[in-house]
Amino acid sequence: MRNELNTETDLASSLPKAQPIRSKRSDVILLNIIGYTFLTLGAVICFLPFVIVLSSSLTEEQTILTEGFQLIPTDFSWKAYRLIFERPGEIVSAYIITIVVTVVGTALSLFLMSMTAYILQRKDFKWRNHIAFYFFFTTLFHGGLVPFYLLVTNYLNLENTIAVQILPITMNVFYIIVMKAFISSGIPKEITESAKIDGAGDFLIYIRLIVPLSKPALASIGLLMALVYWNDWYLPLLFISEDNLVPMQYYLYRTIQNFAGIKNAMYGSGQVVDTTSIPEQSMKMAMTILAAGPIMLVYPFIQRYFVQGMTIGAVKG
Amino acid sequence: MNIQGFWRDFSKYRVMLLMLAPGMLLMFVFAYIPMPGIILAFKNYSYSGGVFGSPWSGLDNFRFFFTSGDAWRVTRNTGLYNIAFIIVNNLLQISVAILMFEITRKWFRKVALTMLFLPYFISWVVVGAIAYNLLNYRFGLLNATLKTFGMQPIDVYNTAEYWPFLLVFIAAWKAVGYGSILYLAAITGIDTEMYEAAEIDGANVWQRIMQITIPCLYPTIIILILLALGNIFRGDFGMFYNLVGDNGLLFGSTDVIDTYVFRSLMLANDIGISAAAGFYQSILGFITVLLANYAVRRYEKDYALF
Repeated sequence: MRNELNTETDLASSLPKAQPIRSKRSDVILLNIIGYTFLTLGAVICFLPFVIVLSSSLTEEQTILTEGFQLIPTDFSWKAYRLIFERPGEIVSAYIITIVVTVVGTALSLFLMSMTAYILQRKDFKWRNHIAFYFFFTTLFHGGLVPFYLLVTNYLNLENTIAVQILPITMNVFYIIVMKAFISSGIPKEITESAKIDGAGDFLIYIRLIVPLSKPALASIGLLMALVYWNDWYLPLLFISEDNLVPMQYYLYRTIQNFAGIKNAMYGSGQVVDTTSIPEQSMKMAMTILAAGPIMLVYPFIQRYFVQGMTIGAVKG
Repeated sequence: MNIQGFWRDFSKYRVMLLMLAPGMLLMFVFAYIPMPGIILAFKNYSYSGGVFGSPWSGLDNFRFFFTSGDAWRVTRNTGLYNIAFIIVNNLLQISVAILMFEITRKWFRKVALTMLFLPYFISWVVVGAIAYNLLNYRFGLLNATLKTFGMQPIDVYNTAEYWPFLLVFIAAWKAVGYGSILYLAAITGIDTEMYEAAEIDGANVWQRIMQITIPCLYPTIIILILLALGNIFRGDFGMFYNLVGDNGLLFGSTDVIDTYVFRSLMLANDIGISAAAGFYQSILGFITVLLANYAVRRYEKDYALF
């Protein structure tokens, strides 16, 4: 908000060419005051909670118990993180599961969705509309949670597997549509036509031409899918009960909901340590930072790919 | 279509069909096989009998769901929350997008957008943890702040009345960046000649916004709202469950169909009631999606889903 004062003078030089230089006008000044105030306020509200959680995780437990969580730690302490990493077994296992699910899930998802999208946009494939509807119909009508749950647990027996954390959400109909639009409008037909004349089969065309030429769309949608897998906690909530298959987000969920259980898992039931001194509140916040941290660190660098992915869908879809 | 022609096409397309097969199989297993399972709503499920062997129970499951008042409560909550989300989110996102567009300092736009977009990237579990940090009765930042000013602490997690506002606020907080980017993309697509002409005619900023930017956004706004209305009876389970959880004190104002279905299945183990509520939601959702699509088609054929 400090910028408003010199905004008027600087505005003229930074205005795009489309707008004539008339920055001293009162309506422009008012708009800038409203704009900068409103957006600064919004940005701070969106960002501040993360700062609060971070500083809470770095506050001495006793201070939290007496004075509550604070914006700026008055009593700095690494204890929560130190205790978590003293017995890192569970958290490392949770990270590994999350990474495996994210990497395998995203790769599988990109491969199957782009291959599907490529075939569905082929004008010479007579059944393309029927099969596209086969995919699309699943967004209109669901069997609901109960049949899905019973199918996975009683018939497929996929409870407590990595597969159940990946397969049910591999095919995202919306992203297939986006990818289809990208391939049909972004890749010139001549390229695939000439490959066909040279005798290349459909799969070879897909692998050798379509995949390399769709890299921008694959990068964007890949990141969106990676985010879905990284953040998923719903499938584990339904189907994962074994500790060594719990991914990071679900591990955080269990930490927040049932800290006693996590404490027992960390220290074993034959408690050698005095668990009353475990800093519950700051550890919960430290776990939150560990679950959200990796995304928040890479996010500023990959943000533009997300924006691209979203706008491909919005403009071309 | 004759059988011979079908097999001729089948062999002609065999490579393409083979390439479609894995994706179609996944859809078949996880989306199509559960569909006939909606008949469980009319059955008294037993593990020994399974989906098809369990005895029929007519409308018993529905009778309880509707006569207990649960059906009305969760339907009302789901619908009203979604309507509130649609209104607040769109107003906020459009405002942010317009202001972003009008503000010319590039670095400010970049920083502000990055911060506004951040909540979109975290899971609802993390949002739940943040809410716990801020609203917790004993340690929450809110109460800590109230206490320093000598005010009474607020017991947010035991007071149902706060939650409609809180949930609308949190939903807006999480979605504002994403929606603003969509609207900003739409605004950037507006022909700049219109703005130049308006400038020559002496239009001020407000006139420019009200008479060019917003009217040009109408198609986007209408399409996005109609599509959102199609999903009005689908609650965001992740949001409600991570913020409210199984806290019965808050159900009156926070229970949506999705949380009800989940709780009936996983906590009460009442497969019949859960299936009935799920069936009710599937049918309601199917009808509203079709209506919304019909409305979109009437408005602008190209944007209709099908």
